[in-house]
Parts: sequence; C-alpha cells; structure tokens
Amino acid sequence: MPPPTFELIMAKTVVLERKPLSFSERTYLPQIATGLKTTFSNMFKPKVTLQYPEEKPVIPNNYRGVPTLVKDPNGREKCVSCQLCEFVCPPKAIRITPGSVPEDQDDREHVEKAPQEFEINMLRCIYCGYCQEVCPEEAIFLQDEYSSSGFTREEMINNKEKLYELGGTLPDRHYKWDKKKEAETDGNTH
Amino acid sequence: MIAPDKKEMVNITLNGIEVEVPNGINAVEAAALHGKEVPHYCYHPKLSVAGNCRMCLVEMGTPMRDRASGEPILDEDGAQKIGWVPKPVIGCATNITPGMHLRTESDLVNECREGIMEFLLVNHPLDCPICDQAGECRLQEFATDYGRGYSRYIERKNVKPKRTRLGPRVTLDDERCILCSRCIRFSQEVAKDDVLGFVDRGSFSTLTCFPGKELANNYSLNTVDICPVGALTSTDFRFKMRVWFLKESKSVCTESSSGCNTLVSSREGVIQRITPRRNDLVNDTWMTDSGRELYKLVKSDSRIRRPSFQGSDLPLDDAISQAFETLRNKKIGVVASCHSTLEEQFLIKRLVEKTGAKVFIRGHFGEDDGILLSADRTPNLRGALVTELTTHYPSDHLNELNDSISDGHIEALLVIGENLQESGVNEDNLKKVSLVFLGTHQNSTSDGADVVLPGLTVFEKSGSLINRSFFLQSFEQAIPGPAGLMTDFKILARLNNLFSEDSSAPSELDEIWKALSTTETSVLKGITFLKIKKGAIQLDGSKWEDLSFVEKEALHHLPAGVTAS
Repeated sequence: MPPPTFELIMAKTVVLERKPLSFSERTYLPQIATGLKTTFSNMFKPKVTLQYPEEKPVIPNNYRGVPTLVKDPNGREKCVSCQLCEFVCPPKAIRITPGSVPEDQDDREHVEKAPQEFEINMLRCIYCGYCQEVCPEEAIFLQDEYSSSGFTREEMINNKEKLYELGGTLPDRHYKWDKKKEAETDGNTH
Repeated sequence: MIAPDKKEMVNITLNGIEVEVPNGINAVEAAALHGKEVPHYCYHPKLSVAGNCRMCLVEMGTPMRDRASGEPILDEDGAQKIGWVPKPVIGCATNITPGMHLRTESDLVNECREGIMEFLLVNHPLDCPICDQAGECRLQEFATDYGRGYSRYIERKNVKPKRTRLGPRVTLDDERCILCSRCIRFSQEVAKDDVLGFVDRGSFSTLTCFPGKELANNYSLNTVDICPVGALTSTDFRFKMRVWFLKESKSVCTESSSGCNTLVSSREGVIQRITPRRNDLVNDTWMTDSGRELYKLVKSDSRIRRPSFQGSDLPLDDAISQAFETLRNKKIGVVASCHSTLEEQFLIKRLVEKTGAKVFIRGHFGEDDGILLSADRTPNLRGALVTELTTHYPSDHLNELNDSISDGHIEALLVIGENLQESGVNEDNLKKVSLVFLGTHQNSTSDGADVVLPGLTVFEKSGSLINRSFFLQSFEQAIPGPAGLMTDFKILARLNNLFSEDSSAPSELDEIWKALSTTETSVLKGITFLKIKKGAIQLDGSKWEDLSFVEKEALHHLPAGVTAS
C-alpha cells in the first residue's frame, strides 16, 4: 500500500478573514484609558499586600504548622513517649527515645514514663498532622509556627528542648496527673 | 481416674460441625486445633488448670441416654438428643470425651465473654500508652473483641501501687493485674520456687511475694512472658521500646547445651530483648533469665570490632593473609571451640585435615539446675563430636596443649575464642608460639595474639547447634554485625582456601551442608539447612553413648542410660 498523501494526514486549514483596525483602535488611547482606570481605582481601595516578613499573617485556628510538644498548665510535660506518633508518622520524621521517670520527684508525681529525647526532623515532616491526631495524651500539636529554616541539616532537627520551647503551654481539659493524685489521696487505696 | 490416651483421636461436634481431636485434651485446645479461638487468661498449656478467669466459658453438651436402659434418647427426627449443660462451663477444665458437643460462638458464650471483660476492666487503669504489654496484651485484644467500648462504672477506680519490686528483674504494676495466677503456678510448678501469692480480698486482692522472699530465681522473667496483661514487667525492658517496632528473629540460646528456642527482638540493628519460643520437645515455653542477658555481649566494651596484626588495625583481607603467613610451614595446633556452630566446626575440621594440625578442645562446665541450665555451658559440644573434631569428651582444661608446646610439638596456634591462660596453658609457653585468634571478645589470649580476627556473635550470624538431647537446631541472623566484618565460617573458608589451593572450601551455608550431609557414615546424612530451619531434627546419638556427658536429668532431657523417674 502506498503511504498516505500529505492532504490525507493534515486536517483542512480554514483561513479566517481579519478585519482591519478602526481609527480609534489604531490610536490605542481607549485601551490605555481602560487599563489606567483599573490602576487608579486600586489606589483608593484598601491595601492587601502584606509586608512579610516584617508583617505576619493572621493564622487560623486549625492551621497545621510545625509540630510542637506542649506542657500542661502545671508545667509538666504531657508526652509519655508512647511512640504512637513515631509509628504513625508517614515520612518517619519522628524519633523518640523513651525514658522512665524516677519515683521520688515531687513535681512529677504519678508520671512514670516520659521521653528522654524527642526529635522531629523538619526536613522530613510533611505537616500531615497525624501525630496530633493519634496522640492519646494530647501532647503534640501542630501550631501556628510555619517557617523554619536553618543552615545545616542538623539545625533542622527539632530536639525535645526546642519542641517544648515552640509548643509552650496549652489549656488542659484533663489534668491527668492531678486526677491520679486525687484518686490516691481520697480514693480507694487499701 | 485413668488418664485418657491423648494419641487416640475421637469425634466431637464443634459449633455444629463434626471434627476429630485427640481424646482428653481440653476444650480450649480442641477448639484451637480447628481454628476457633476460645479467649482465655489463666489457662496456659504448660501449667496446671486454675480456672479462675472465667473467660473461656463455652457451652457443652453430651448425647442423651436413658438412665435406666442406657438406650439413646432420640428426638422427632430420629437423631440422638443432646443434653446441653444448662450453664456454660469453662473450656480449660473441660476435657474432651467422645461425642461431646461444644459451642464456642453462640450468643450465650459471647454474652459471657462480654460480661467477664466488663468486670475485668472495672478497675483497669487504662494506661496502655505507657504499658509495655500494649501490642501483645490479651486484655487489649479481647477488649477489642468483647469490650463494650465505654464504661458504665461511675465509682472511683481502685488505686494500687504502680511499681512494686518483686525481685531483681521483675517489677509489678498492681493496677493492671487481673489475678489469673499464672505467675504463681509457674513459680510453684516449673521454677519450683514458691514465692508468689495473693493477699487481701475482693478487688483489693494483690499479688505479692511471701514475707522475706523475693522473686529472684533464674526463671523469674518467664512470669513476665506468661503474664497476659502488663502487670509483671521486665525491669530491663521496662519502657525501652514499644513491641510493635520489634523485628523478631528465631534464634537458639547459647548459654548452655539445653538449646532453648528463643526469639530475638531487635529494632534497627539493636537488640531490645530475648524471649523464649515455644518448642514442646526442648524448652516448652521457658528460658533462663541469664540467657536473656546474653544480648548485652553484642555491645560490650571488650568486643573485638577490628582485625589487627601485632597490635595495629588492618583490613580483614590483609588480616586473613597475615594469619595464613603466621601459620604456614609450622607445626600447627588448633584450639577449637564448643561455642562454634556446626558449620564452623566442619570448616575447622577441614582445615585440620588439610594442614595436619593437632586439635585441642575445651569444655566449660557449671552447676546443672535440672531445668534449662545444663551443666555443659557450651551450646555445641555435641557438634564437635558429630563433626569429629574430637572423639573423647572435652575436659575443662587444656593441659595437653600446654605439654605439647613444652615438648615443641606446636609452633603456631589458631585459637577460636578460647582463653588459653585460664585453661591451664603457661604464659611462658604461649610466648614460644605464634598465635592467631578468631573470636568475638577480647581476653588475655587475644591480647597476646599476633593476628586477631574478629568473629560475630550468635545474633549476627546464622548456623546450627546440637543440644544436649541431640536435637539439631538452627538459628537465624537477628542483627547485622559491625561494619566490615565477615561471618566466622567465611573467614574459616578463606583460611581453608589459602592452605589448600587445589580445592576450594564451601563458603555458603547450603554448600557446607551439602558437604556435611553427603558423608555416608555421618548422622547428618540427608539433612539440608532448609530442613533444620523448619524445625529441630533429632539426631541419633547412640554412637557417643559411652561418653560421660555431664548433663543431669532435666526438662525434656534424659541422659543416655537413665530411665524416666
């Protein structure tokens, strides 16, 4: 079979007729005027540009920023290093070294377990918020911090100290340790 | 009552389906044989039946017969009527009889389980986030299956001590205890050290040690394993790592010749704990506490991590060549080890044959506790017999070697892990010979050796061992060895090749086994490594019956010539 001819392969080309420009169009003045109208109208509208980084945007409440560790209003760490966040973390950004809390610390009564070290690698973190969702102690929150930068890879790993510094204290609904103490003092000890 | 023969198979009806089970086993085991799980806490296959958790309630019935005539009572359809026991019975204490009917999935049974779960959870602290048992906890599992999901209990929960020290290795969390008494029965029946008991009443009942005693026996950590909840925890493993991160590798304990089957749990190349693996022929479900600590040797300070020649580090390849140079054209002695695997011993034997070296081997002995710590503290003494490294029973010294060096019969030594100074070899004598040391840990012999070749611990290599009852068992690698090191049998194969350039030594496990299993007279004939991996193989030990093995009668072990007492 002979190869198909050029006409058969190509669709037919329709040549459209182009009208010549009118006189006003040829002066370009009406178009410039319309453009400047938009420019001048925006001069009198309220400004929307944010002078970042001098000026910071308002962060909505459910924003998923940098994951942080929080303390309860008594200043005790809430994390018990159950490692569920480490387990659920899709990019494996979290690394916890569990540790036990000595019995004789007055300010940490009834706390048995706490992280010895808690690292979140912000180069790996994808801000998915699974860690916050899975946490049984409400100890990890993705808060309003959104920009983290550093000069080395090591700097981008948030350690326990940094995480508590970023997290601060959030209101607590449970006061778990206080409840445990209460139960012991006037509850059913034998 | 005459105990029924458990080998005899009988028919029972399980959930309306006729199945065959061994006569006289209990309902929990019978159901398990046919894939029906009867949840239970207090029942343990290797302990006596206590029947106090009530979780294994099932419905039981027997075909009805007329009391006077003994004729079967038939229903309208002509089938024999089933007399169902009006209330559920506990499965663990219900032994199978021919024709028995069981229901493990009825509404009544499920209701029972839900009720029991609710009571068990009444005073449960719900501290799963910090509980080491989480992930392998029967209470968690059955709460998922039969729990109601919320609590109807509005009273305050009982508060109990959270970290009671029961012994040097066991910590008790009282709030989590469900009073199943497995640990108490274990201490009485297996460890034969009756120290645990319950005190107080009702929901205040507490597990405790008897006054002035503590749970300090060498089997105390088994109570942690059999605890169905997180009440008994291992002080060593407490709060170390959540169990769902752990990779489990099948291994064999190398503490003594009993050869306990173990699971080595590791995460990212770090061993976190060792637990027993069930093998009804060897160790049931137990192992010693001392055997669980062996993993600490991997990270010990005295570990040899680098090959060295006369005190300076060098690459492994060069070290092996140096070892060859040190040994060649001399009268060689080889100090083999009962700690080596069967495969390594085979290659040592091959090396000995190629070089005409003299073999010395030493045994290590201790007290026999009659359970799982045998008097022979090496895992593979019988391997040395099977591979014909030695024909006589090793004694616990190397005086013979000392004499040979004194007489000038030995000029160079290849030592596998042994400490010669502690084995009765004179320090001055050792200075006369050039020394090549292959081992995992530093000792005074390795310190004085010309060439030190680092070996791998049992957790870092694969191989097989022969236990005191001539069971051939394999273990698999759990963690990678230190960087740049080779597994012991590969080093030995290289040495073999250097000494005999005409034939190459097998350097893979299957190749070694091909060579091992083709010897016509060997007891290993026809065995492949794959076969051992599938389960322990009983070897014929009658060839060595006359040797005076030091092991006493113990759990699943009967010395040759002794009849069961």
